[in-house]
Amino acid sequence: MNIPRNELLAVGAGLAGAAVLAFLPLVTEGFWLSVSVNIMLYAAICTAWALFSGPTHLVSLASAAFFGVGTYSVAIFIDVLPFPALVLIAVAAGALLAILVGLATLRLSGVYFVIFTLGLAELMGQIVTWVQTNFGGTIGLYIFTDLTEAHLYWMLLALTVIVFMTGWLINRSRLGLALRIIGNDEAVARHVGVDTARARIILFAVSGAFIAVAGAIMAPRYSYITPDAAFNPMTSFLVVIMALLGGTRRLWGPLVGVVPFTLVMDFISGHFPNQTAVIVGIAFLAIVYVLPDGVTGQLESLFRRRRPTDQGLLATTVEEGR
Amino acid sequence: MLILLTGLLLGGTYTLIALGLTLQYGVARIMNLANGETLVAACFVTFWLYTGYGINPLLGLLVIGPGAFVINWLIYAWLMQPLVKRARNRGMLEVDSILATFGLLFLFQGLMLQAFGGSYFNYEFLARPFSIMGDSFGLNRVVACVAAAVIAAALYVFLYHTDRGTAVRAVAVDPRAARLVAIDVRRTAAFAFALGGAITACAGTLLSTFYTFNTSMGVLFTMKALIIVIMGGVGDIRGAVLAALVLGLTETLVASLLDPGLTLAANYALFILVLLFRPQGIFGKRPA
Amino acid sequence: MSVPLLAIDRVRKAFGGLVAVNDVSFEVAQGELLGLIGPNGSGKTTMLNLISGALSPTSGNILLSGQPIAGLAAHKIARIGVARTFQLVRVLPSMSAVENVVAGAVFGHNRLWGGEALTLARELLARVGLKGREEIPVAAMTYIDQKRIELARALASNPHVLLLDEWLAGLNPSELRIGMELIREISAQGRTIIMVEHVMDAIRSLCQRCVVMNSGAKIADGISASVLADPEVVRAYLGDDDDA
Repeated sequence: MNIPRNELLAVGAGLAGAAVLAFLPLVTEGFWLSVSVNIMLYAAICTAWALFSGPTHLVSLASAAFFGVGTYSVAIFIDVLPFPALVLIAVAAGALLAILVGLATLRLSGVYFVIFTLGLAELMGQIVTWVQTNFGGTIGLYIFTDLTEAHLYWMLLALTVIVFMTGWLINRSRLGLALRIIGNDEAVARHVGVDTARARIILFAVSGAFIAVAGAIMAPRYSYITPDAAFNPMTSFLVVIMALLGGTRRLWGPLVGVVPFTLVMDFISGHFPNQTAVIVGIAFLAIVYVLPDGVTGQLESLFRRRRPTDQGLLATTVEEGR
Repeated sequence: MLILLTGLLLGGTYTLIALGLTLQYGVARIMNLANGETLVAACFVTFWLYTGYGINPLLGLLVIGPGAFVINWLIYAWLMQPLVKRARNRGMLEVDSILATFGLLFLFQGLMLQAFGGSYFNYEFLARPFSIMGDSFGLNRVVACVAAAVIAAALYVFLYHTDRGTAVRAVAVDPRAARLVAIDVRRTAAFAFALGGAITACAGTLLSTFYTFNTSMGVLFTMKALIIVIMGGVGDIRGAVLAALVLGLTETLVASLLDPGLTLAANYALFILVLLFRPQGIFGKRPA
Repeated sequence: MSVPLLAIDRVRKAFGGLVAVNDVSFEVAQGELLGLIGPNGSGKTTMLNLISGALSPTSGNILLSGQPIAGLAAHKIARIGVARTFQLVRVLPSMSAVENVVAGAVFGHNRLWGGEALTLARELLARVGLKGREEIPVAAMTYIDQKRIELARALASNPHVLLLDEWLAGLNPSELRIGMELIREISAQGRTIIMVEHVMDAIRSLCQRCVVMNSGAKIADGISASVLADPEVVRAYLGDDDDA
């Protein structure tokens, strides 16, 4: 394996950064620690989201569904299994949901996928509610653990590091090459032998499993879990905004959006709780009209314009012959 | 029989919602995810006109329809046109329009939340029993369905028997070819988008006469409309009508036989069946 | 008689009421360079699309070394060993020349990875005349160079059958000579090729045998020189008196 020097440097810098961040709970607590947990949570989810939606250009709104599946994996089995086993259950449940959704939609044109994911969190919530009222007795579930905010922070940090490593490995794998080819020209991809549907489904399963793990890790924070809270569709939308704000062309792009936006959202939900929807709406519009490639994409094209060699069109997926 | 007719009555209103969306997506090529918010806004305006000024919802249509037409025209001209211009291909326009209409979705939802709060609303209009073949139904449901049928029929006549309507259909089939026969594609697309919005708003007005609504239910109706449009085949009017009736019927069946909490699950079940077996729509030809 | 490498058996493709390929049968032997010709709209490209899996036939069989491939997904057919170029050249614009060719080596019939794929890609780029230009982004390349990339990408999968869809179209006379020479070399190395072509000189000089299609049907099949002299073929190209 010959790994380019600059990639090795990036990996080293990333690991060093993560090591420094790991000390954070030792120097702060209370408000700033809980904000940091939120930031780390969205860092993990948004990067995992961009693993799939970045290269495929398919906007997934299923994050809340995966998150909730992870949360419920913990809530249902907390009394019978140790926490690490619950995380594995979340991985399996998230991947399974992604594969089912993928099999139904990812073989077809992208718009079906977006529509399908639009109501998915709501659907999962409805099904869980129905199952619980008809077979389980109560709507909510209690989760008692002795995990503290600092534990959640460390687990989320570890998850973020794993997501990044996975993204990096995918980029270097056959799957990564397949995705680049699909992103360039889907018809060519099929004719050189890429199973385009399979590549997308695998990637969606990886992404979904990670988001489910994030949900599992966050479960102890809620202590009382209801379908409405676990499958809150707003999660999906926030994830899309933050990732797009940062930009999805680079693995670390979403991070750039996560940090400021989490702080802003924290401020808004603290001071103007009723304005959340309006702010989210304006943020979406601002991204589409002002920063279509995200902050990192914008900076990159500014940088590139100064260089003489033009890279040509950065191709996007064309849905061929619908 | 009761379930069958209830389902069909509901399907009447669904038809209208889906027709609005299919005009916007099939002709103007904008996947409008804020479609449900137009519907909800119309519910609230109708409510406000009826309870505040005593204006009959059916008369309200005459205000709400044209109002929604103008607003949607402006949305298209100001917000969608720039996206259409910068899009290099249809895939890009799809992603951009999805994200932009998301923005609108939240903006509208947030504004309505400010104005009306998050609770459920309804009002009494023609809440009398009306009997059909021995079973009794709310008169408001029957009236809404009839009104929906009238509007849908008017739309059909417009699309298939007028020049303007033919232009709209031509753009739906092939914008480039439509331009060659001297159709102003941009104007026609704007017109179709506005008309779609107006029809969705009319559906909202009719829906509000018999349905309990709140500010956050828009997405659910957008989902229903999208599923109907896909099931019927994008741009296919006959398909949309049939699909709407099927959806209304399925929902009613599930709600009365299983659990009213599973209507969305019923929608999804239909959606999955369509995706697996007829992704090109009920009447659609298999893509080559 | 041995099994032909590729057997097209009464293949039919209808788009609604329009029959684009009408019960066409022919066979291609191992190592053959077959010309597939016919006037515009005669169904040649549709035929290639059926073989490569871009379309699936309405009826009929396509056998590759006796194995049925008709109606399989394009990526499966590519893996079994059919590679193609496109009528309007299709490269992967954001990738370099060598990456374009690696794409064929990695996912096609060959299924190489890493260093092996890279070495093969460089070799093939040298073979199609692009030595020293491996790292150039293909979007910046000329038309013929993009065609060379496409050819190298198809060869990289080491296919049993190579389908060239008007690969020589749009080249100027000197490029055409180079292009023909390239095809001749590849064929001489034993590769089985079907080429759809409008350039008659190329068919005459490269292909021993050719199949002629008109309005979806096969109207001639045989030695190029005699087929091209066949009055029916000439009429198909020049048009009948009554539909002229």
